[in-house]
Amino acid sequence: MQSIGKYFIFLGSLLKNRESFKTYFKLFIDESIKVGTNSIFLIATVSIFMGAVTTIQTAYNLVNPLIPKYVVALVVRDMVLLELSPTIIAIIFAGKVGSNIAGELGTMRITEQIDALEVMGLNSSSYLVLPKVLATIFMFPALVVTSAFLSIYGGYLAASFTGVISPTEYTQGIRFQLNEFMIIFAMIKAITFAFLVSTISSFMGYYTKGGALEVGQASTSAVTNSVIAILLADYLLAQLLAQYLISF
Amino acid sequence: MIDLENIQKSFGDITVLKGIDAQFKPGLVNMIIGASGTGKSVLLKCMVGLEQPTVGSVFYDKRNFSNATRKAQIDIRKDIGMLFQGAALFDSKSVEENVRFPLDILTHLPLDEKLDKVNQVLDRVGLTNTNTQMPSELSGGMKKRVGIARAIVNSSKYLFCDEPNSGLDPQTSITIDNLIKEITQEYNITTVVVSHDMNSVMEIGDYIMFMHQGLKLWDGTSDQILDSEVDEFNDFVFANNLMRSLKKLRK
Repeated sequence: MQSIGKYFIFLGSLLKNRESFKTYFKLFIDESIKVGTNSIFLIATVSIFMGAVTTIQTAYNLVNPLIPKYVVALVVRDMVLLELSPTIIAIIFAGKVGSNIAGELGTMRITEQIDALEVMGLNSSSYLVLPKVLATIFMFPALVVTSAFLSIYGGYLAASFTGVISPTEYTQGIRFQLNEFMIIFAMIKAITFAFLVSTISSFMGYYTKGGALEVGQASTSAVTNSVIAILLADYLLAQLLAQYLISF
Repeated sequence: MIDLENIQKSFGDITVLKGIDAQFKPGLVNMIIGASGTGKSVLLKCMVGLEQPTVGSVFYDKRNFSNATRKAQIDIRKDIGMLFQGAALFDSKSVEENVRFPLDILTHLPLDEKLDKVNQVLDRVGLTNTNTQMPSELSGGMKKRVGIARAIVNSSKYLFCDEPNSGLDPQTSITIDNLIKEITQEYNITTVVVSHDMNSVMEIGDYIMFMHQGLKLWDGTSDQILDSEVDEFNDFVFANNLMRSLKKLRK
């Protein structure tokens, strides 16, 4: 409970005694490149295979002759938009970016770089963490969109290569009765998960005490806690928003 | 000038500083010495605002720093430079960017003026043409020099050094010590050095303050050290062979 309280105080400190917009803008661009651009390769690779495997698995399990083939693509699309792209990619993102954030801030803490910023009169948490949080919130939804597109394309490639479903049927399934709220739902999830990963990882890194061993532990805790928070938030968002999928 | 008035600091039930009064004058190298765990670093942190004293105040030229508003503290901080134990250079920034950093955040000078200042202080610490090097490419002594350059680039009036010689060979230690001394006199800075290196104390210390278990037990000049009659201070000072020999010689 004490840690949760400290986490919320930490969040409050991000908005206190902020620096100039110009300072944040430069840091925001740098962080966006680190958080976003550097994650594209991993996200793209995972997404293509995720889509391909989902297509093949669904096709082999949906063998009832009464179910039209294009339903496979429809299932893939809904799974990708609702769960795979926002949630699974968020977990991978927590592993890559979350551990990186915690490691970077933890190292800065134990090597007194954060103290150096404080001595110069900067609010170190706001200066270091706020651009990371904003960059993650800005870039992660873009990564989710990229992931969704590539997953669906991965499914298309798998369908073409293996012949479990024809490309025409796949395209038809992808376009069949798309509920646009799914995209809004995916974006809400993406923004929520991005906030959780960036703030929890920053919190873990920022309050690191000790040496190299503790930096490693902070990185591990950042990933573990981020993943738990993602899954919890996923459940809560599903509970809150799934009803709108039907009414939209 | 820096004045400390009854500085006390507690962490929970543990009292680390038990009421320190001191005055550090400009143009002098003021040294705080003592064994590990006596509260030297905590006192330094209270002085630069990294810790808030539980009781007491720090005054910078009569300006109360400990109880000042954040804005007033920032104004005072503009005059403060600090050299950390490990230099605390920003890993992702080059030497030039590290040294320029205080100017970027504390001033609105045009870039060419900032670069002039950066080159000036880099020349002063003997690191000409190292602008593009990264901290990972520097030796321990060079990192300390960049740290000093960063601390004085904004024409600081107060310089704090936390164990400036830790991790350095004796020759480099003397170079860093002399650099601190020269800069202090040249720019008339109030320098406060936390150290437990007696060589440094004898080499550059103008005013020495000895701390033991959170208290100031002795203060004076380096010439007065050998005549001290405080047992704890003598135990600390004469734990060193060199200092014992010096005392014998004096006798």
